[in-house]
Amino acid sequence: MQPTADPGATPVPLTAAQRAAIDVAIAACRDLPGALLPLLHKLQEQLGYVPPASIPPIAKALGLSQADVHGVITFYHDFRTTPPGRHVVKLCRAEACQAMGCQRLEQHVQDRLGITFGQTSADGAVTLEAVYCLGNCALSPALLVDGRLQGRVSKERLDRVLDTCVHDGKEAQR
Amino acid sequence: MDSNKILDRGTPDRSARVGAPVTLQIDGVAVTVPAGTSLMRAAHDAGVKVPKLCATDSLDAFGSCRLCLVEVEGRRGYPASCTTPCEPGMKVKTQTDKLAKLRRSTMELYISDHPLDCLTCPANGNCELQDMAGVVGLREVRYGYQGENHLAAPKDQSNPYFTFDPSKCIVCSRCVRACEEIQGTFALTVQGRGFDSKIAPGPGSFLESECVSCGACVQACPTATLMEKSVYDQGQPDHSAITTCAYCGVGCSFRAEMKGDQVVRMVPHKDGRANRGHSCVKGRFAFGYATHKDRIKQPMIRASIQEPWREVTWEQAIAHAASEIRRIQGKYGRGSVGGITSSRCTNEETYLVQKLVRAAFGNNNVDTCARVCHSPTGYGLKTTLGESAGTQDFDSVMHADVVVVMGANPTDAHPVFASRMKKRLREGAQLIVIDPRKIDLVDSPHTRAAFHIQLQPGTNVAVMNALAHVVVTEGLAKVDYVRARCELPEFDKWQAFIRDPKNSPEVLGPVIGVPATTLRDAARLYATARNAAIYYGLGVTEHSQGSTTVMAIANLAMLTGNLGRPGVGVNPLRGQNNVQGSCDMGSFPHELPGYRHVSDPTVRELFGQSWGVPIDDEPGLRIPNMFDAALDGSFKALYVQGEDIAQSDPDTHHVQAALTAMECVIVQDLFINETAKYAHVFLPGASFLEKDGTFTNAERRISRVRRVMPPLAGLADWEATMALAKALGYPMHYDHPSQIMAEIAALTPTFTGVTYDKIDQLGSIQWPCNDQAPTGTPVMHVDQFVRGKGRFVITEYVATPERTSRKFPLILTTGRILSQYNVGAQTRRTANTAWHAADVLELHPHDAEARGIRDGDRVEVESRAGKTVLRAEVTERMQPGVVYTTFHHPESGANVVTTENSDWATIVRNTRSPRCRSARCWCRRRRGSRSSRRLRSSRRRCCRGGSDGRAEAGQDVQ
Repeated sequence: MQPTADPGATPVPLTAAQRAAIDVAIAACRDLPGALLPLLHKLQEQLGYVPPASIPPIAKALGLSQADVHGVITFYHDFRTTPPGRHVVKLCRAEACQAMGCQRLEQHVQDRLGITFGQTSADGAVTLEAVYCLGNCALSPALLVDGRLQGRVSKERLDRVLDTCVHDGKEAQR
Repeated sequence: MDSNKILDRGTPDRSARVGAPVTLQIDGVAVTVPAGTSLMRAAHDAGVKVPKLCATDSLDAFGSCRLCLVEVEGRRGYPASCTTPCEPGMKVKTQTDKLAKLRRSTMELYISDHPLDCLTCPANGNCELQDMAGVVGLREVRYGYQGENHLAAPKDQSNPYFTFDPSKCIVCSRCVRACEEIQGTFALTVQGRGFDSKIAPGPGSFLESECVSCGACVQACPTATLMEKSVYDQGQPDHSAITTCAYCGVGCSFRAEMKGDQVVRMVPHKDGRANRGHSCVKGRFAFGYATHKDRIKQPMIRASIQEPWREVTWEQAIAHAASEIRRIQGKYGRGSVGGITSSRCTNEETYLVQKLVRAAFGNNNVDTCARVCHSPTGYGLKTTLGESAGTQDFDSVMHADVVVVMGANPTDAHPVFASRMKKRLREGAQLIVIDPRKIDLVDSPHTRAAFHIQLQPGTNVAVMNALAHVVVTEGLAKVDYVRARCELPEFDKWQAFIRDPKNSPEVLGPVIGVPATTLRDAARLYATARNAAIYYGLGVTEHSQGSTTVMAIANLAMLTGNLGRPGVGVNPLRGQNNVQGSCDMGSFPHELPGYRHVSDPTVRELFGQSWGVPIDDEPGLRIPNMFDAALDGSFKALYVQGEDIAQSDPDTHHVQAALTAMECVIVQDLFINETAKYAHVFLPGASFLEKDGTFTNAERRISRVRRVMPPLAGLADWEATMALAKALGYPMHYDHPSQIMAEIAALTPTFTGVTYDKIDQLGSIQWPCNDQAPTGTPVMHVDQFVRGKGRFVITEYVATPERTSRKFPLILTTGRILSQYNVGAQTRRTANTAWHAADVLELHPHDAEARGIRDGDRVEVESRAGKTVLRAEVTERMQPGVVYTTFHHPESGANVVTTENSDWATIVRNTRSPRCRSARCWCRRRRGSRSSRRLRSSRRRCCRGGSDGRAEAGQDVQ
C-alpha cells in the first residue's frame, strides 16, 4: 500500500542507460531458476553497482517483493548500492594473507587514500574493499584490482597499483 | 491482558496432513499425537511448556531462537523441539540441568543487546521475552553493555498505527514470516547479515513500503518492537470480548481488548472461522471512528431542511417522527412512507426495520442497498442450484487446485480472504483472473495468475459461454456427475445451445478482446482440475447480464462437477459486512424474511399471525421507485437506518431533488452524513461496539456482535426502532436482541436451529441451521442440490452496443481501495487517510497522453449528470477508454458524475490546459435478462457505494 503523500526518501531516478541495462539484465536472467542473484551480478557488472531505484522493476519482473530484493542485496557485501570509484581494489584480509603481513598493507592503503574499507577516495579514483580469501594463498598477500589478481603484494607494488589507478588519464573528467 | 492466557501451542496444526497417531514420552508423560506433530506441540498437549521465542502456532516452525532445545534419549545433541517431529517411542526430556544452562546462556546473549527498560516499556505485562527471561531464570548478563549493540537504533514511527523500534528486536523473524505466510505481502525482510541483521520493510520506512498494515507482524512480535501506538498511549488492556468486524463481507472475528469501556486495540481472534486469526488494516486498526468527536450523541429535529438542527430528547424526537409519519400517511395515504434498512446494521436491527415498515407503516416499502448486489446471485443460484447464497466456507479455498476470480478485487475489498487464497496459490494452486482491470492478484509477489482474461467491459456472459463451449466440445465435461445430479432434458437443451459455434472462443474471442487460445487454455485448466472454485464480485452481479452471468457460472461448475465438496463451488464475495444478513432478513419490498414472496398467502399468514397485523400483499417500492415517487409527490417520508444514500447512490442531483421533495426524512446514523443534510429528524446511531446482535458474512456465517461499551447516545439502533414502533402505536417488546433472533428462527426455515446460546457454544453458525443441519452447513449441495436436480439454464450473450458521442468518450468505473471503506464515513475518520488522502482518477497512459494529462495533474471529469475534479494517476492497470476512481471522499463527489441510468460515458479534461480532447464516446444501452431488467433501475446503487464498490463500472453498466 503506497502512501499518497509524498514519500520521504525517493531513490535517485534511473537514467535511460541504467533503465536499458536493467531491461537487458532482466531479459537475460528472468527465466533462470533462482534468477535474482545472476540478475544482480549482471547488473553490477554493467553499471558497477545496483541502483536502489532498480529494485521495483527487478521485483516486478521476477514476481518478488521489493523487500525480497532488498534483503538479498544487503545480505551480500559484494553488491554495492552506490556507484564505485573508477577502479575497485579488493584487498584480501584472510588468514594466509594476514600471516604474510597484509595488515601493514591495509594500514598503508587506508592512509594513502584517506578512506577505510567500503569507501571511495575523494578523487573518485579508487573504491577499497575487503575480501576474505582469493584462493591465492601460495602467493600471499593478494589483491584484486578491477578483477585482476595480483600476488606477493608489497607496499611498493601496492603503490604502483594505486598510482596507475589514480593517474589513469581520467582525472580531468572530474 | 495477558497474552499467555491465549493458547499458543507453538507450531501449527498439521493433523490434516499427517498420518497415524504416534505415542511418545515427554518428561515421563505418555502422549499420543498425529505423526508429524512437533515435539513442542506434543509437549504442550501433555501439559509441558517448552520455552520458546521464535515459535508461535500461527507460523511454521523456524528453529532459530535456540530456546526450545530438548534432549531425546539415544540421540546426540539438543534438537529444537519446534522443528523436530514426534516419532513413536521417543523419550524426550524438556528440563535438564544442561538444557537449563544452555537456555540461560542463550537468553543472556539476547538480553546483552536489549534495553533494560522493562518498567517503561509498552509491552510490560505482555512480553514474551520478559516471560522467557523469567522462565529460564536469567539472573545476570556477564557481557556488559559497553560493546557494540543496537540500543540506539532509531524508531520508525511512520505507520499511523504501530511503531517499529529495532532497539528492542531480537530478529526472531516472526514478523517477516507472518508477512509472508499469513498476509502474503512479503513486505518485510532481514536486511544485512550477522550482527548487522535488522528487520526492514525494504529500503524505506514502513509507510513508504509495500506494507499493507494488516497488523500480522504486530500480532506476531514477541517483544515491543512492533507495537500498537494505542498501547503506547493507553497501556495494556485488562479485559476483552469477542465480536465481529463491521467492515467487509469477510466478517472477521476480533477480540476487542479493553480498559474499562475504552477499546485499546482490536486483535484478530485466532479461533474465528472466517479469518483464522488474520485481519486487515480496517478491522485491526480503523475503529477510532466509533469514538470520533463527530459522533452525534443527541437526537435532533427541525421543521425544514433550511433550519438549523435543534437538540431534543429521544422521547421528543421519536414522538415527532411518529406524528409526522402518521400525519403524512393521513394526508397522502398509507403507501406514502417507507424505510431503508442497512447492510451495516445487525440482522436483528434489519429485521426490526422491515417489521416496522410492514407492521407499523402497513406497507411493503422497505428496501436495502444490499439487495442490488445480492439479487443476481440470489436469482441466479436459486434458479440453478436452489439456494440464494454462496456454496462454500472460506476454509474451502485451501482445498482448491484452480481458483477463478471474476469481477472481484479481493486484495483490496476482501483482504483477509485474499490472504488465504494467496496462501493456497503459493502452495501450488493455479489462478485464473477474469477482469477488465489488471488487479493486484494478476501479478503480485510470489503469486501470478496462470491466465488473465482481460475482457472488454460487458462481456462476462460471452467469457463464461466460451469456456463452457470448450469444456463440452473437447469432452472435458464430467458427464457422470451431470447425469446423476442434474435435470437431463434441460442439460441436453443447454448442451445443444452451448455447442453452437457462435459460442466458440474463436467467435467470441474478438468480442471479449482476448485470444481464443487463452480462453481454450483457461477452460482446460478449470475443467481438468481436481478441485476448481469460482469466486466472483460486483463486477459480475452489477452488470446488465448479472443474473445470466451467475447462472453461466453455475452451469460451468455443474458441468465440471465442481460443486458439493470442499475446494470447489460458486462463491459471491459480499461487499458490506451484512449484505447476506440484511437480504436474509426480508429487506426487499417483495420478500419477507427467508426470501419468501409477499404474494404467498401462507407466508403472509405466518407473519401476520406472529406480528398480529395483516401483511400487505402488494410488493412495495424499491429505492429508485421511492425517489421517483417522491418527485411525483406521492412519497413523502423515509426512515433511513445506517445508509448514506445521498452520497453512495448514483446521480447525486436526482437523489437530492427527491429527498428535498419529502416532508419527513428520518436519518439514523453515527455521523451527520450527506443524507442528513436533507433530514428532518436525526436519530443518533450506535456503532458495532455499542450493541449486541449478529452479522451474516459472505459464507452464510452468523457471528455474534457483542456490546463492549454503552451506546454513546443512550440507545442501540434496535432500541430506537422499537421506540419508534411504540410511538406509532405498534409496540414491540424485546429485552435483548437474542429474543429478536428467537422470533426470526421461529419464522424462517433456514434459521430454525439458530440461537444465541448455540452461537456462543459453536463460535459461529453457517445457515441453513435446522433439524437437518443442527450445527449449520459449511458446504452446500453435498449429496444433491438444494432444489433436487441441478438445472442448466441457457445463457445467451447479449451484446451491449455502444453509441458514440463526441462529448463523452470514456467509461468511468468506480471501486474501492484497501485502506478505505465505502463512502468513507468511518475510515476517513481514522488515520487510514495516511494511505488515501483523496480520491484519484486512474487512467491509461494512452488516454492521458491524448489529453495532455500527466501523473498528478488535477483533471476535471464531466458526465451528463455533473462534473468534479480529481487528481490523475496514470497507470497501465487500466484499459484504454476506461477510467477509474474511488468514492471514499464526499468532496470529490464521484457520484455527482455517475448517472442513474448507467450511462456512464464521461469526458475528462485537464484543468491544467483548458482544451478538451475526446475521440469517441461510450454510451451503453440497457440490455439484459428478464430478471436483470426487473432490477435495472436500482442496480447502480450498490456498486456506487451501497456495497464494497468493487464495481467494474464498465461491466456494471446496463
